[in-house]
Amino acid sequence: MSRLRCAFLGRVPYEDAARLQERLVALRRSGESDDLLLLLSHPPVITLGRNAAADHVLISDDDRLAAGIELHEAGRGGDVTFHGPGQLVGYPIVALREGRRDAHRYLRDLEDGLIATAAAYGIAAARVPGLTGVWVGDAKLAAIGVRIGTGWITSHGFALNVGRDLAGFDAIVPCGIRDRSVTSLTGLLGRELALADVARTAARCVAGALGYEAVWEESALANDSIAGLSWPPVAGGPR
Amino acid sequence: MRVDVVMPQMGESIAEGTITRWMKQVGDMVSRDEPIFEISTDKVDAEIPSPAAGRLIEIKNAAGETVPVNQVVAVLETDASAAVSAAPAVAVAPATATAPAPAAAAAPPAPAKAPASSPEPTRTEGAFVSPVVRKIAAEHGVDPESIPGTGAGGRVTKKDIQDFIAKGGAKAAPATAAPTAPSMPAAAPAVTFAPGARVERQQMSPMRKKIAEHMIEPRRTSAHVNSVFEVDMTRIVAMREKYKPVYEERHGTKLTMTPFFVKAACDGLRSFPVVNSSVEGSEIVYKKDLNIGVAVALEWGLIVPVVRNADELSIAGLTKKINDLAERARAKKLLPDEVQGGTFTITNPGIFGGLYGLPIINQPQVAILGIGGIEKRPVVVADAIAIRSMMYLSMSYDHRVVDGAVADQFLAMVKKGLQEFDESLL
Repeated sequence: MSRLRCAFLGRVPYEDAARLQERLVALRRSGESDDLLLLLSHPPVITLGRNAAADHVLISDDDRLAAGIELHEAGRGGDVTFHGPGQLVGYPIVALREGRRDAHRYLRDLEDGLIATAAAYGIAAARVPGLTGVWVGDAKLAAIGVRIGTGWITSHGFALNVGRDLAGFDAIVPCGIRDRSVTSLTGLLGRELALADVARTAARCVAGALGYEAVWEESALANDSIAGLSWPPVAGGPR
Repeated sequence: MRVDVVMPQMGESIAEGTITRWMKQVGDMVSRDEPIFEISTDKVDAEIPSPAAGRLIEIKNAAGETVPVNQVVAVLETDASAAVSAAPAVAVAPATATAPAPAAAAAPPAPAKAPASSPEPTRTEGAFVSPVVRKIAAEHGVDPESIPGTGAGGRVTKKDIQDFIAKGGAKAAPATAAPTAPSMPAAAPAVTFAPGARVERQQMSPMRKKIAEHMIEPRRTSAHVNSVFEVDMTRIVAMREKYKPVYEERHGTKLTMTPFFVKAACDGLRSFPVVNSSVEGSEIVYKKDLNIGVAVALEWGLIVPVVRNADELSIAGLTKKINDLAERARAKKLLPDEVQGGTFTITNPGIFGGLYGLPIINQPQVAILGIGGIEKRPVVVADAIAIRSMMYLSMSYDHRVVDGAVADQFLAMVKKGLQEFDESLL
């Protein structure tokens, strides 16, 4: 079985992570990089997918800045979402192989991986037909929004709510769906989980769902490098 | 040579994509696999690489347009020296079965005699050749356009082609002799002709395509069964007449029949929850919310806005909500989540005078209620003949989970709810 190199990068500003993804996608396309799964968290940020409706951001710019929430456009599908420190974000940078080159199949595979992750903690999560993501009852546990580049190279990915603090979601209409709430692993279990531990579980489950064996890159952070890139990739670079 | 750039199929279940951005403009040179535009399909954004190297000479759909898969969105000229449009872009398929000349573009098709009849020399563009017929034709090396069709609009049926082959039509053209047009881009739709058929070919709109998919899916999935009940609507017709001006005045909205049906259906659904369920694998999923879809016919199709938690609304509330949704459906101003999440659907096949209809279930739901036309009929009331406003109420339900007994009890309850409608609710 092919290997998926997985690494937990800790808390990374959204813009830096976006640029890292761009570079890794280019390297993956030219064959200079392996299939990767980046796991990380972001400082509070609202991101707008390509299909985002402006009125799904409920917070005023002033209030948003006062709360220390950044706002970025993201080159992914989907509507508005919020990322914060309590959330495990996963960005698979993989070249989808023949037989898996189906955008919907890829979404469903990611959902399967996240449902398996929740199951590893004893939580029965499910998909809701027509509403991409992973749900526990009517509440969203994980959001998905992806990009597929030339050569079926994926980027962007999923955001799994781990920590209890989901206040940032109050600032938006998550994914443009008004009548449903959000939930988290901690909220459902009633005990705190370390993001790094959940990252390991998610790596194993998501890799499995995508048809890979997860290989954990313990040294990614220690060596400040991943796929031969120094980390952070473009700190202080042009803005 | 011209190469068509088509909206790619990004997944089996994806029927269309919205172009979000052109990364190349008309006149730009592009290399093979260089991204030329970006598309978006719900949760997926994708960049689309060029199928060939060349110059972009035409963009057919601007950013923001939603295009069905395999439709041509742009054209590339791969021959750098080619003058503008030296050769026609459309390659013509082999002329006849008896003369399988290579498909040279622009060669005026010589009227050829087909074995079984004499088709008119003038080819009529656009007849549909079904995949089955095309497959049989390919297997036997027959040009389906040379076969006289007996189907609708001169269409070649499976029987036509089988008869044709049985009469020896295929022998004239062995399979190996069927050439493919070398200049035809792989993705270009096959141009088909039917002798003598006057037809016009039209691309389905994205909505039409969606309806088509959405209608065939339940036929494959659900075990459709139908029940029809007759309901005496005299009381409700009178009530509506009585309260119409009151509603206009007090609520600023037009009292229609639909809220009565929604109310009666909700009462039935609460008593028979399986009618408000879905099937997922081997599980029955009972929906706790009563989200009632109300079909709205549009000039350009059909849409089913959803009244969420319909059981929590008063008749006045339902009236306003339904009228608002219907109005915005016609103005194309519904929000995506207003057409999703329905748990049961009501449709009205009776608006043009039909007695009743047997609708297709709206997957993943398990039942759909059809409201027939209301008309005065002589009926027997207390052993006397009376004139009453009568209506047929039909329901299609999924026999995988809803048995006839349950469906009929549900319908009996809806009928009773309508015939004995509580006036104080108005």
